[in-house]
Amino acid sequence: MNRPGPVRLYFRYIGISIRSQMQYKASFVMMSVGNMILSGTEFVAIWALFDRFRSLHGWTLPEAALLYGLINIAFALSQSMARGFDMFAGMVKSGEFDRILLRPRGTILQLLGQDLELSRIGRLAQALVVLIWAIAVLKIAWTPGRVVLMIASAAGGIFFFSGLYVLQATMAFWTIESLEIWNTLTDGGKETAQYPLSIYRPWFRRFFTMVVPLACVNYFPTLAILGKAGSSGIPEFVCWLAPGAGLIFLLVSLRVWRIGVRHYCSTGS
Amino acid sequence: MPQIAVENLVKTFRVSERVPGTWGAVRGLVARKYREAHALEDISFSIEPGELVGYVGPNGAGKSTTIKVLSGILVPDSGRCEILDRVPWKDRVAHVRDIGVVFGQRTQLWWDLPVIESFDLLKDIYRIPDKAYYQTREELIYLLDLKPLFDTPVRQLSLGQRMRCDLAASLLHSPPILFLDEPTIGLDAISKLSVRAFIRRLNRERGVTVILTTHDMDDIEALCTRVILIGQGRILSDGTLDDLRASVTTERRLIVDLMEEDGDVTDPDAEVINREGTRIHLRFYPDRISPANLIGRIASKHAVRDLFVENPPIEEIIASLYKKVGR
Amino acid sequence: MRAYWAIISARFRMLLQYRAAAMAGLTTQIFWGIIRVMIFSAFYASSSTRQPMSHSEVITYIWLGQAFFAMLPWSLDSDIREMIRSGTVVYELLRPLDLYTTWFCRAIAMRGASTALRAVPIFVVAGIFFGLRPPPAIGAGIGWAFAMLGALMLGAAITNLITISLLWTISGQGMARLMPACVWVLSGSIIPLPLFPDWAQATLNFLPFRDLVDTPYRLYMGHIPPQYAIYVLAHQAVWTAALVLLGRWLLARGTRRLVVHGG
Repeated sequence: MNRPGPVRLYFRYIGISIRSQMQYKASFVMMSVGNMILSGTEFVAIWALFDRFRSLHGWTLPEAALLYGLINIAFALSQSMARGFDMFAGMVKSGEFDRILLRPRGTILQLLGQDLELSRIGRLAQALVVLIWAIAVLKIAWTPGRVVLMIASAAGGIFFFSGLYVLQATMAFWTIESLEIWNTLTDGGKETAQYPLSIYRPWFRRFFTMVVPLACVNYFPTLAILGKAGSSGIPEFVCWLAPGAGLIFLLVSLRVWRIGVRHYCSTGS
Repeated sequence: MPQIAVENLVKTFRVSERVPGTWGAVRGLVARKYREAHALEDISFSIEPGELVGYVGPNGAGKSTTIKVLSGILVPDSGRCEILDRVPWKDRVAHVRDIGVVFGQRTQLWWDLPVIESFDLLKDIYRIPDKAYYQTREELIYLLDLKPLFDTPVRQLSLGQRMRCDLAASLLHSPPILFLDEPTIGLDAISKLSVRAFIRRLNRERGVTVILTTHDMDDIEALCTRVILIGQGRILSDGTLDDLRASVTTERRLIVDLMEEDGDVTDPDAEVINREGTRIHLRFYPDRISPANLIGRIASKHAVRDLFVENPPIEEIIASLYKKVGR
Repeated sequence: MRAYWAIISARFRMLLQYRAAAMAGLTTQIFWGIIRVMIFSAFYASSSTRQPMSHSEVITYIWLGQAFFAMLPWSLDSDIREMIRSGTVVYELLRPLDLYTTWFCRAIAMRGASTALRAVPIFVVAGIFFGLRPPPAIGAGIGWAFAMLGALMLGAAITNLITISLLWTISGQGMARLMPACVWVLSGSIIPLPLFPDWAQATLNFLPFRDLVDTPYRLYMGHIPPQYAIYVLAHQAVWTAALVLLGRWLLARGTRRLVVHGG
């Protein structure tokens, strides 16, 4: 109670953020609904394509929906938590980051605590609906392991996207202008992950497996869950261990962030 | 053993330049021009505990840069700095726990939260023990008259109220050192007076070391025993206010209010600077003629309604100091 | 009139300065183009039935979409948004210019500048490397050019509507999220409209959004024959006029509300 450590402080921050969002209930509802419809339209497009073309590299709509559901759950949750990092460029510009440096706490903790955007629940809900539908339609041979793998996939996805947001914020230390490029990795990554990796060119697949481990947190685990690992040429054990790559990616990003902070303190704003 | 020791600080920034016009805009797409801004060029000073130092200079002189270095959020290119036996930028978290910083133009409080909640959040961030927190907080509330502002969200406060809250916020963790960056900027007269009174009290009674950067010369005259003048990255003067004045000139001003728009006021030992209707500004040197003698002479020759003796405005002192240094 | 032109050119010039952003935008668009093409190619490869648009037509469509992405009313003018949020938009009413037209000009400049920076390089790169085909006939190209101008106007009208909706703060935020999403799908930016189910085509053809993306691009490819360009332009004009009138009316009501309630 007396001297809160980082975890307690985080929840303290979040409590404040939630309370202030709840003050504008109508706005929150509108934004959540808006988010739900926004992500819904994206799924409508996928549905329309499957409606015309019937299948994609041997994948059916429910199978693609599984990919869609998992990646969007991870995306929505990390968008919700990473708002402070998303807004970071503005903070550097306005000098607010100086104030963060003047507090005797870690910069990451303070930025995490900036906000927990509740309205992202719209996308989360929509993704859950799609995921549940997919599970209901697909006849998956469920084992406890596969359930854990599915959760690990979502968790890995959250680490992965969070890592991307941290890197995006880190770029703001060097330039305020070209941050759009990270949207290719966050939004573009999400879009890419909604379809089976096999449809992409080899160099693309390699990039999104080794450099930016998108496939590791979504495609590979889903292969194992659907029992498709053997037919796609990926060893089964890789699929089971893959979500860990998301965590590693996040840890690397945090390292880069610290380098960025050092750079900021050397060059001013 | 100085509390704050600064030696030969140097800091240069690279600033990109924008070329105006459409052609410049297109050229800017391909190549950017940079220019070097020498913010600090060999800054040295030391401050003992309990001093109240004014850090003065025009815009761009390097005041904010110095404060940033002292706060530990900016690393200089070269030079030494030690505060409380620490190098500020090397030991950020520990250093920052021992200082308070107030920026005149940006608040450190949370915009949407009531003041008291901002304070409580700071308690958790700074890990202030309960007893110390409540005691310090009560004192600050009393000294700065913050009780009526408790439940008001920060965004609804007036500038003067916000500054008082910011001052309190920066002191909740009882730091021995306080940096104030333009604290009275934009404040109304009453707020300025109360802020000054608070700072004076803080320094005299609690022994908090204060470094105050400001444009407002009244702040300096009211508060600072010591003034460091900085211009274009260099220290131009470091001493008391009187030292500063004397280093430039010993002149004094005599302002005379005549009964009616008389003829000229002339005197062999005084020079007319300015004339506004019945008010005349004269310049004289006390070592050539004492103020009392000059007043006597003027009063005997003209019908005088009122007169007073002043120091030349500090802005003029500083401006002539720049000219003296040749910039 | 001079004043409005000055507004456009000043903002245009200012936006041209963001060269790093432009480079980044270029890379982003090319990246998205590559992803989209791969996705569509995979779909086409997985099915042998005849589709309303051919594979190579879809590729051209996608790359046109990437080149001219900045024309879509996706994002709002952040300055205006800030003005409305802080209430300082009231000061705009003190100027001797028509507020709607000023915002309209700003929207045109914003869309125009962003597009100008990115369209040509992407066009060239996609043309050389990625299979963006030139129009099959000059008529198609001309029809397309006019349709693009119409799309710019229409896009500005839609942008203005979204911006004006912000004057009603609560519902404004919802609109600002919703409209771009609708525009996104219904304009044909995610998938070409002919690939939507047949039963949806009538609605899609009625709505104005197809004129932002779908119809101009299909004119370009000759998918819509050049002689039908006049119908496309008419559709654009009617909808633009309607949205402008709606926008002006809403703005009048919105500013009255502001003035009465004090922001």
